[in-house]
Amino acid sequence: MTLSLLHPLLALVLAPLLQGIINRTKALFAGRSGPPLLQPYWDIAKLLRKGAVYSETTTWLFRLAPAAGVAIGAICLVFLPLGNLRAAFSFEGDLVFVIYLLALHRFLTVIAAMDTGSAFEGMGASREMAFSALAEPALLFGLVAVARQTGRLSLEGLIMPVDPDVWMAHGATFMLVLAGLFLVYLAENSRIPVDDPNTHLELTMIHEVMVLDHGGVDFAFIEYAAALKLWILGALITGIAIPVRTGMPAVDIGAMLAGMAALAVLVGVVESTLVRLRLVQVPHLLIGACAFSIVGIIIQ
Amino acid sequence: MMSILAPPGLMSIAAVISLLIGRHERACSVFSAASALIAALAGSVPCLLVLSGHAPLTLQIPWEIPFGELAFRLDGLSAFFLLPIFGLGALTAVYGSAYLPHAIDPRRLGVAWFCFHLLTASMVTVILAANGLLFLLAWELTVLSSFVLVVLGGDGESNRRAGWIYLVASHLGTGFLIVLFLLMGQKTGSLDFAGFSGIASLPASFKGTLFLLALVGFGTKAGFLPLHIWLPEAHPAAPSHISALMSGVMIKTGIYGLVRVLFFLGHPAPWWGWTLLAVGLASGILGVLFALAQHDLKRLLAYHSVENIGIIALGLGLGLTGLSYGQTAVAVFGLAGGLLHVLNHAVFKGLLFLGAGAVLQQTGTRDIDRLGGLMKGMPWTGTSFLVGSLSISGLPPFNGFVSEFLIYAGALLAVLGPSTPLVAAGLLIIVGLSLIGGLAAACFAKAFSVVFLGSPRADGAEPAGDVGPAMRLPMAVLAALCFLIAVAAPFGLEALAVAISGHPDIVRVSEALWFLARAYTPLAAIVWGAFLLLALTVGVLAWRRYLLTGRDVGTVCTWDCGYARPSNSMQYTGSSFAQPLVDLFDPVLKTEAHLEGVDGYFPRRARFASHTADLFLERVFTPVFRGVAAVLHLVTPMQSGVVQAYVLYITITLVVLLIGGVL
Repeated sequence: MTLSLLHPLLALVLAPLLQGIINRTKALFAGRSGPPLLQPYWDIAKLLRKGAVYSETTTWLFRLAPAAGVAIGAICLVFLPLGNLRAAFSFEGDLVFVIYLLALHRFLTVIAAMDTGSAFEGMGASREMAFSALAEPALLFGLVAVARQTGRLSLEGLIMPVDPDVWMAHGATFMLVLAGLFLVYLAENSRIPVDDPNTHLELTMIHEVMVLDHGGVDFAFIEYAAALKLWILGALITGIAIPVRTGMPAVDIGAMLAGMAALAVLVGVVESTLVRLRLVQVPHLLIGACAFSIVGIIIQ
Repeated sequence: MMSILAPPGLMSIAAVISLLIGRHERACSVFSAASALIAALAGSVPCLLVLSGHAPLTLQIPWEIPFGELAFRLDGLSAFFLLPIFGLGALTAVYGSAYLPHAIDPRRLGVAWFCFHLLTASMVTVILAANGLLFLLAWELTVLSSFVLVVLGGDGESNRRAGWIYLVASHLGTGFLIVLFLLMGQKTGSLDFAGFSGIASLPASFKGTLFLLALVGFGTKAGFLPLHIWLPEAHPAAPSHISALMSGVMIKTGIYGLVRVLFFLGHPAPWWGWTLLAVGLASGILGVLFALAQHDLKRLLAYHSVENIGIIALGLGLGLTGLSYGQTAVAVFGLAGGLLHVLNHAVFKGLLFLGAGAVLQQTGTRDIDRLGGLMKGMPWTGTSFLVGSLSISGLPPFNGFVSEFLIYAGALLAVLGPSTPLVAAGLLIIVGLSLIGGLAAACFAKAFSVVFLGSPRADGAEPAGDVGPAMRLPMAVLAALCFLIAVAAPFGLEALAVAISGHPDIVRVSEALWFLARAYTPLAAIVWGAFLLLALTVGVLAWRRYLLTGRDVGTVCTWDCGYARPSNSMQYTGSSFAQPLVDLFDPVLKTEAHLEGVDGYFPRRARFASHTADLFLERVFTPVFRGVAAVLHLVTPMQSGVVQAYVLYITITLVVLLIGGVL
């Protein structure tokens, strides 16, 4: 029991660190010294100490969404294994539940954005819903492709048995699925080439523009929920990508954490070397992600 | 056993009485609501008993009409379909008692309530009927009474057109059903359902014909694509509580009929299931895409009925393919998920149509792009509409998620099972459901947020306030049901098992329940997850309140990137919200846009309008019917309008028949 709660606790503590690693990687590429690794923590701490300013147009939904986002992120962690580290709780079909909880989070974020009546936030909200409608099948399909290999219906059941033998037997499928999942990872966490978390030109943004009106404590919740989401989807990818299942907790957990860090570095590299796609091209990318997963299932 | 006839009997009596007292507005409304409520309470008891495992109730009365007797039967399947009819019937009656006097000409109130009670009574009879002729008679009464209600919704050209399309479509569908029942009756020698079980042993090709007849005939009522064309016309035209009733339960009588016939047909051929899956995918995806492109709130909801019927068809299709490939576990999950979605759709679609009616009554418009900011003036309606939106998008912790989860579970079992074509069916459903879910969420993010959030987008679209308690209460009850059904789902598995165990391949309730029991832990876990979610959200909100106490909390205008005077017309509208997806799917939607842009040094007022017509109505049915009309036009010279000429035609026909008979 103590071990089963380990992953949710690790994630709750370490999630913002991923953001820090991504930013450090980008700074390295740009030749800057960059913000400290722990900067995301300081940002959240600073925001938590602030007051709040709300738009007159908004209703209670605007205040609900950020808090619900944190709650949803925390619940998703309950069902999530980290490689060989068991999930706190697991049931058949929990992958569908987790994906739909993330969809609920998105729905609430979009509602809160539309609550302000701002044209810019409407723009972001509209794009978010359009792109995620295409990302969702890709994510689910990728996970189902892996589930078909491991023969189990829960997240824990489909990730924990992925050992080197399984990898050897179904390497091609796993590679394709990982490619698809990585594209979904970039899109769902609003990274380049789908979205740019750093731009200050609101017209081109998706996620950042939806939270323009949030500030203070609420914005801290939003940042933290985003970090959790980065961790949740990241744990799925590293769990499939890194087949270290030695049975020694220290080695297994260490490998997974290293994998998470490597994933963050990879995202940083992608952000430093690629440009943002034009918005009309984003659906093509996501349909491509879907295609990867589908081919992954077909070639078995 | 007469007790099962009490509710339709009560409803028929109520129909006559409300016609008689129709002139007294208040008395008629109160009487109608009360009688619908009593009939519903009286009717629900036997349904619940049957669903909890009691023996089916039957009633047979000999009658003069040949081919069988006046037979009624209340088994698990009927009980499962009757419950939403009783529930939504009573709630829409209560709502209608406050809504109807404002929606139609008060002089027609008596007729409207007469047809309302007749509609509910005939729907109940359709479900209870255990004789083909009785079924068809009740079926026809459903069409006629709802037709009157559709045209009562307004005096305009559009209402007459909607009513006409509905009437024609329904009767074409009924035509297929008449052939279906006659064929079945011919083979078994009676129109009694009790004798139809022999059909299961007939040759596969004959059963295939029956399946296709049922698919088209019942599919027209249910709204399967491309037979759905009457839905987006009739639902917006009818008064809103009638739309709720029609969309929530009346189209489900089509699903009931289809499932009932499938029970007669026995072991399915693989292509039946595949056909249903294809129909379900097409209805689901195209239904939600057309919904996305709509500006009329009720029309949008009507297209979502097509989408949800598609989801139900996906569940049933998985059930059929599972049975035909001998994987009962998959089949049971597919059928149970599909049936549970029937109930769930009745609850959340009823709720959404009632919400749309409240919006229409308070603002006078159904145009999404004119509305906005209603959450402040109409918090009850807004909150219930939000719950309905979350449910219909299949998001936890509401009921839409639970039924979709059951279908997903069946599909996942199929994918992980042995390598048969069933794996492909499972994958198809997973892709289809997730795409439909994502698009539905986009559509309801649009519908809810544009109507209820921000500020009004046009002058005169501010609400006068929220609706009265008689309209609020049904919405609140339905919203609560959206959550309660999700919570009760683990305990309702037995009822689902009872409902699907009428199929000859799954005869015993215990067998169905043995498979469904696998869903108990996941559903219970989802319930715990839902409560945990609520608790954590409340916890975080409490922490937020603690953090903010004593700090500066102010209000300003919306931050529009430095622009300090945002105006209402600058907000995103429904059309702009849906634009990325509408553009992406333009090859199917073919949206026509009319743009008068800002041109020249002294630009005039710019305009933009877009319109998405129904592809199938425009490209398929209109040309076909025009062709038919052109052919029939050839015989118009015979139509002189002179009575003597018609007498002559009759005489000639008789003489020709006589000669033909002699020869």
